[in-house]
Amino acid sequence: MVLTEEEKRVALEQTGSILENYPPDRGNLIPILQQVQEKLGYVPLVAMEEVARHLGVPAVDVYSVATFYNQFRLIPPGKHQVKVCMGTACHMKGGHIILDCWKRRLGIDVNQVTPDREFSLERVACVGCCTMAPVTVIDDEVHGKVTPTRVDGLLFSFGVKIPKGQQKEGETVEQG
Amino acid sequence: MKTVTLTIDGRTIKAREGEKLLWVALENGIYIPNLCAIPGVKHPAAACRLCFVEIEGYPRPVTACTEPVVEGMVVSTRSPRVDRLVQTAFELLLSNHQQDCANCPRNRSCELQRIARERRIPLRVKRLRKLERELPVDDSSPALRYDPRKCVLCGKCVWVCREKGTGVLGFAGRGFGRRITTFGDVPLGQSGCNGCGECARICPVGALVEKKADI
Repeated sequence: MVLTEEEKRVALEQTGSILENYPPDRGNLIPILQQVQEKLGYVPLVAMEEVARHLGVPAVDVYSVATFYNQFRLIPPGKHQVKVCMGTACHMKGGHIILDCWKRRLGIDVNQVTPDREFSLERVACVGCCTMAPVTVIDDEVHGKVTPTRVDGLLFSFGVKIPKGQQKEGETVEQG
Repeated sequence: MKTVTLTIDGRTIKAREGEKLLWVALENGIYIPNLCAIPGVKHPAAACRLCFVEIEGYPRPVTACTEPVVEGMVVSTRSPRVDRLVQTAFELLLSNHQQDCANCPRNRSCELQRIARERRIPLRVKRLRKLERELPVDDSSPALRYDPRKCVLCGKCVWVCREKGTGVLGFAGRGFGRRITTFGDVPLGQSGCNGCGECARICPVGALVEKKADI
């Protein structure tokens, strides 16, 4: 995941203006990171370095906090955000199979974004519609009773074509 | 500094008031298992949960590294409750520790081996399922070799890197994914580490080792 120069510039600019409102006290670290995420949608490494410099703490300490809390995402969100439910009901109905399907189809791991920035993949804990398990939420739209073929269908609806040879793989998983 | 008299395992010992019990015991040749304790540190991490002792008048065992000595304190380093706490903590540490003692550069100088020997706890964990972390070995630094699968997360390297090194090491992630790493998880060779080797000298296990010690 490589950021463009433009993204880095925007990130630094925004972080700089946020930091103006905070005295250099390490107790402000989390509120600052939250503000950065609110502005940019994610907390890039360049912003963390800037925050560390402002607060006078080692950069790795900021990284430590940002990686500890689930609320912080370190990579920009994709155009479409795929959230796979891993709640109890979805887990029992094979949520992990669906997650694996998304991983394989998008070619990325959880908390990553595809190189074209179209899709980002996340795992969430219960979205509150367990009767529809296993559930996948794409851009706030809930899709229930997801199967591996449904994953392909959803991707198709976003204009992603899956090569013929790969399609079989999904079908065998569904039967199992 | 005022001197206090206390009893550890039936032995009468004189110590400076306010000193932490763990160091008093160790200075007097009474071994208490420990991994994360650093002498002279103001706020002990008390992270390894191995230095439990019983103190008379206390309802339950306490960590010796956080307990200041006071006049007339009566301490016992072993009791069924202490042994149980220490054994469980030790087994949990071993359950995700990649064990390859025969090929480990710290074989025979490893703190885990010492605790196992002192407390007669087998190094092979029977009670818990072994779950090793799938993390890559970092061989990028010319001076160090870092194997995160052997790390016990004591945090001593993080402390010493800040005291004597360049301060590149820190914790990241949480739970099973917690690890010692650098900013942005870059390999040590590109992290600004100057290869002073202090972390390898303080590491109680074989996670951080100096390369020349390897040969």
